[in-house]
This record gives sequence, structure tokens and C-alpha cells, in this order.
Amino acid sequence: MPLQQAAKSQLEEKKKKSRVRFLVLLAIGMFAFSFAMVPLYSWVCAVTGANSIATNASTKTSGLEERKVDAARWITVEFDATINGNLAVEFRPGTRRLKIHPGEMQKLVYHAKNLTGKEITLQAVPGITPWQATEHLHKIECFCFTQQTLKAGEEVEMPLRFYVDSDLPKQYQRMTLSYSIMNIEGVTKAPQLELK
Amino acid sequence: MSSAVTANGHDEAHHHGPPKGIGRWLFSTNHKDIGTMYLFFSLIMLLLGGAMAMLIRAELFMPGLQLLEPDLYNNLVTNHALIMVFGAVMPAGVGLANWMIPMMIGAPDMALPRLNNLSFWLLPMAAIMLVSSMIVPFFPFGGGAVNTGWTLYPPLSVQAGMGMDLVIFTVHILGISSILGSINIITTIVNMRAPDMTWFKLPIFVWAWLFTAFLLILILPVLAGGVTMLLFDRHFGTSFFDAAGGGDPVLFQHLFWFFGHPEVYVLLLPSIGVLGMIIPTFARKPLFGYKPLIFFMGFLAILGMVVWAHHQYTIGMSLNTTTYFMIGTILISIPVGLMLFNFMCTMWRGSMTFETPMLFAISIILMFSFAGVTGVMLAVVPADLQYHDTYFVVAHFHYALIPGSVLGLFAATFYWLPKWTGNMYDEKLGKIFFWWNVISFNITFFPQHFSGLAGMPRRIVDYSGQFVEFNVISSLGAFMFGVSHLLFAYIIIKTIRGGEKAPDKPWEGGQIGTPGLEWTVSSPPPFHTFETPPAVK
Repeated sequence: MPLQQAAKSQLEEKKKKSRVRFLVLLAIGMFAFSFAMVPLYSWVCAVTGANSIATNASTKTSGLEERKVDAARWITVEFDATINGNLAVEFRPGTRRLKIHPGEMQKLVYHAKNLTGKEITLQAVPGITPWQATEHLHKIECFCFTQQTLKAGEEVEMPLRFYVDSDLPKQYQRMTLSYSIMNIEGVTKAPQLELK
Repeated sequence: MSSAVTANGHDEAHHHGPPKGIGRWLFSTNHKDIGTMYLFFSLIMLLLGGAMAMLIRAELFMPGLQLLEPDLYNNLVTNHALIMVFGAVMPAGVGLANWMIPMMIGAPDMALPRLNNLSFWLLPMAAIMLVSSMIVPFFPFGGGAVNTGWTLYPPLSVQAGMGMDLVIFTVHILGISSILGSINIITTIVNMRAPDMTWFKLPIFVWAWLFTAFLLILILPVLAGGVTMLLFDRHFGTSFFDAAGGGDPVLFQHLFWFFGHPEVYVLLLPSIGVLGMIIPTFARKPLFGYKPLIFFMGFLAILGMVVWAHHQYTIGMSLNTTTYFMIGTILISIPVGLMLFNFMCTMWRGSMTFETPMLFAISIILMFSFAGVTGVMLAVVPADLQYHDTYFVVAHFHYALIPGSVLGLFAATFYWLPKWTGNMYDEKLGKIFFWWNVISFNITFFPQHFSGLAGMPRRIVDYSGQFVEFNVISSLGAFMFGVSHLLFAYIIIKTIRGGEKAPDKPWEGGQIGTPGLEWTVSSPPPFHTFETPPAVK
């Protein structure tokens, strides 16, 4: 009888060990899963567009076709500049606000100055508010299409040419075009580009 | 009645009292002692986190800056949440599990007693680190305060000072402690049941903890991974969450809420289990729909894992994605609603009495359904875009977490205190505490629905003059609510020190429905129980 009991408790002990091992592996597996999320998340977002309510603000040249000017309508476009992180650069739009007609070609510059003591490579990423206006703002020429390399202390004027098409729904009379500038030193691929 | 206790008497070698001195606690492998330590730890943390809440409400008593610097205010908000969630509610749940699960299922102890000791003793270390995270910003080397709120979102959390590193390590340690505790609990439930304690004879509290423990094992490693990436971004030049390096700060939000939303059910389920014990006892009727309730808890646990992004409607996800998360979130109200109906049907035509635990249980059903209603409001995307980050959200989750988990733990304390200490608590003081606590809770948080709907943003030290009345009421309620917990601590200490002797089964309806082996041992139970497996009726 005691022998039987000993055998039984040995079996129980073995079962217990395998259960504990399973649970520990489950915890480690979930830890690994959190790191697997990094590539998985980018992939899912790129494939399904799950992370963006609008198409991303274009960083590509738009065509000039079917552009018609609607002189009866006025739209206010505001320009905004954000410096990412604690980057020592000066970055501001040459004009804060433009009042334009849909279809009219516009031109302005952004100023950037490198305040660090060394050469840096910058990339500007555009964003448009409200997001519904994103697909109606077409950039013909933009400094955000390329990377900018600035020598120590160098100051540049960066051009921007765009128009807003006349298909923009009537309720939008005001929009903001915002640029975040970031240091992409040591990054091989430009960030956030070409999601769609 | 107590055949198990007499059976213990035969085995002289093991029938000894607890060891003497501090060693009893430091080296304890006894589930009852460890459970007691867990419960006292969480009581201390409750008072500490509560004191922080008092400072927050004192600052918000009037608009303008009176007591606190904005950074310190935000640091208090962060630490209040972390201490309450990780320091008070979770350890209290584990403490109840430690005390009750082995006694309920007829096991001599937890399956892995030494691991149990480790799980507990990690906690005080983590608590010290968490408190230090608030202190280091006052030193010249400490950097900025942890002003992110408990969600620790980058890029702010990447820029914060040394306190953030302490918070990250605290989260690691607490996570390890909870995972080890969960492994222990699952192994105990699966392996250590008395021979005739079949799955569907288990008290509902045990089932609730089984689901909770699985949730913890699935979600805590993900949070640990997320904060590890944060640590790498802060110190090792990686760009997991830095857009300039090709990362995405929104990824952290997904990782955090993948943990954060199921965490709500981790906090809720043990208390649902407690309600499933208390309501049949005082209604003197078996639990209505025992098996369906288990199914609902399982359904809730699974569904709770896949709806996390409803905390992030404003980050600009695509319409299909938000629609999915909205529908999933609204679906959750089905199992939760059915659970509450289970409890109401249990009370239906029962012969009810209204001792303190039952009063708490009934108030929980009322107030938690209120949180459910505001939860459905918040789940609806167009409405949530308005309510997001307002005091409406603050009111919602305090209605969910205080009745849904904290009051459930209070109810459990009153319900099992006679069993733990061998003394009855003072029923009159218990009732005073109940009314004081519940009324002042409502005075504190009910007005926040209105200030939230009127647009008062959360996590900000100052507010606009139009919200003064609501905030004055809220603060006065909060002070009363805070002080009521001193009475709670007093009742516990008074009961430990003496009182009317409690019988083995102090509640007439204690064993209704499920076998309830905890009521077959004496009050207080001997140091070792069920060394020979008990018979289950």
C-alpha cells in the first residue's frame, strides 16, 4: 500500500513538472511574441493599412493633369513645422498662411538651418489636417521627396510647389500642412515612406 | 464535521505550530502565512496609493496651482495608478488565492511552496523601486519626473529621467512575481485537488482564478517585452518607438494595451469569483447557472484578449479596424451582463440576509453595471472621439475598478475574516464602513461624469473655472472616501486582536451549491490543513 502510494505520488510529481514546464514556456513564448510584433506590426500595417485612416500624405510627385481653377472658392492653407526630438536645427515655413483658389499652383519655401557643429542628414515627413483633405493636396515639388544634407552651420531654403484640387469637399475651407523634420543619420531606409 | 482535522491529529511529526520569530515570515512556505503577507502588503499599498490620490484631489480642489508642480502632479498620477493596480489589487487577489484555493480544493498547500515565497518577496522590492522612482527626480542626477501616466507612452517616456528606468524594472519584477504566482495557482488547481473534487464541484472562486492566472501568463510577458524595448530605446540607441529611426510610437500603444485591456479582467475576475461565493451564501440558494457562469468567464477572458485597441481610437486607425474593435468591445457586455444576471437570479426568492459582505456584493452589482453602461458609450467610436481623455473616462474606469475589483476584495475580506482570524468582525462597524465607503465613492466619482462630458481633460494639473463645482464635490467626496479606509484597517486589526469567537462555519449558507471545504476546518484553521486528502461530499 505505501509502495503504491509512493509510485502514485511520483507520477503526480512528474505530471506537475510537465505542467510547470508548459506554463513557463508559454510565458517565454509570449515574451518572444512581443518582439515578433515589431516586424509583424509593420507588415500588417503595410498590407492592410490598418494604422492609417487616410492614405498617407504623399511623398511623391503628383501629375498636373485635369487641374482646373475654381476662382469662386477660397481655401486657407496653414503651414507648420515640427522638429523631432531634441534636434538642434532651425526649421520654419517662409509663409505661415496662404489664401488660395482650388487648382491654383502655389509656391513657397521652408527655411532650415543646421545649428549643430557637424554635418547632418535630414528628412521631412508631411502630414495634413483634416485627414480627409490629404488626397486633394498635390505636391509637384517638395523637399520632403528627398533627404537634405546640411553642413555645420549651413542654412538652406527648401522649395515646395503644390495645388489643392477642386474635388475637395465643400465643407473644408481650412487645412494645415505640417512637416516634421528628423535626423536620419545612420538610418538606411527613409522612415514612413511609401506605405501606400 | 471536521474529519480532516482529526485525521491530521494522527500524524504527530507534521502537526506543529508555525516557527517562531521573523524567520516564520521571511522563509515561509506556508500558503496561509504567504497569503496573509500578500493581503497586508496590498493593504499598505492601498493606503499609500490612496494618499497619492488625496494629494491629487487636494490639488484639484480649486483651479490653479496650489500644492503641486505639474511634473510632480503627473508623477503622482502615474504612481497612483501603478501602485493601485500592481501593488494593491493584484497582490490582494493573489493573497486570497493563496489563502483560499488550497483550503477550498482540499490541498495541503500550494503546488510550489518555495516559488510562492519568491513570488511574494519580489513584491516589497518592487514597491521600494516604484517609490524611489518618485524620489529620484528631486536629486540633481535624477532627470525629469515620470510624467507619462501609467501607460508610459513614448516618446515622452523615452525622454523622462532615471525614474522611468526604475519604473521599467519595477514592471519587470512585478511581472515575474505575478507570472510565478500564476504558474503556482494553475498547477495547484490542476494537480492538487482532493480525489473527489471534480472540475464542476470546484467553488466558482477557483474557476475565476484559473482564468485569471492564464490571462496573466499570456499578457504580462508582452508588457515586459514592451517596456524592455522602451529601455533599449532609452539607453542602447535602438528605434523601436522612434519615428526618426524607422520605428513607430503607436506600436508601444498596441503592446501596452494588449496587456492593459485583459489586465482589467485580471482585476475583475477574482472579484466575480468572490461574488459567486458570497451571493449564494447570503441568499441561501445555490449559485444560479454555475456552469454557464464558468463559460461566461472563459468567453470574457478570450474576448478580452482581442479588443485592446478600443483604448486607441484617436490614433487614426483605418475605419475597418476601428469598426472591428468597436463591435468586439460591445460584444463584451454580453458575458458580463449575463454574469450579473446569474447573481441576480441567485438572489431571486432566496432567503436573504444583509451582512457586510452581502451589502458589498449587491452594491457591486449596481455600480459595476453602471460602469458597463458608460463602457458601452465609450466603445462607440464617434462618441469616444469626444470622450477620449476626459474625466468621463476617469469616472468610467473608477466605477469599473473600484466596485469591480476593490469592493469585491473588501467583501472577500469581511466574508473570510472570521475564517482567517477565528474571530467575528464587528458587524456594526462593518456596516458603517460599507455605507461610508460606498456613499463617498459615489460622491467622488459621479460628478466626474459630468465634468468629463463638459470637456474637462484628464491628467492635467489645472482646469478651467467652469468645472469648479464638480471638482469641489469630487474632492470632498474623495477625502471622505480616503478616510473610510482607515476604518477598514481598524476593523481588520480589531478582529485579529479579538472578538466573538467564530464557529467553523460562521455563515449559515457557507456550503450551499459547492462543497466549500474551507468551512470544514476550524476557525482559524490549523497551520497545516488537509495533509490527508479530505472526503468530498
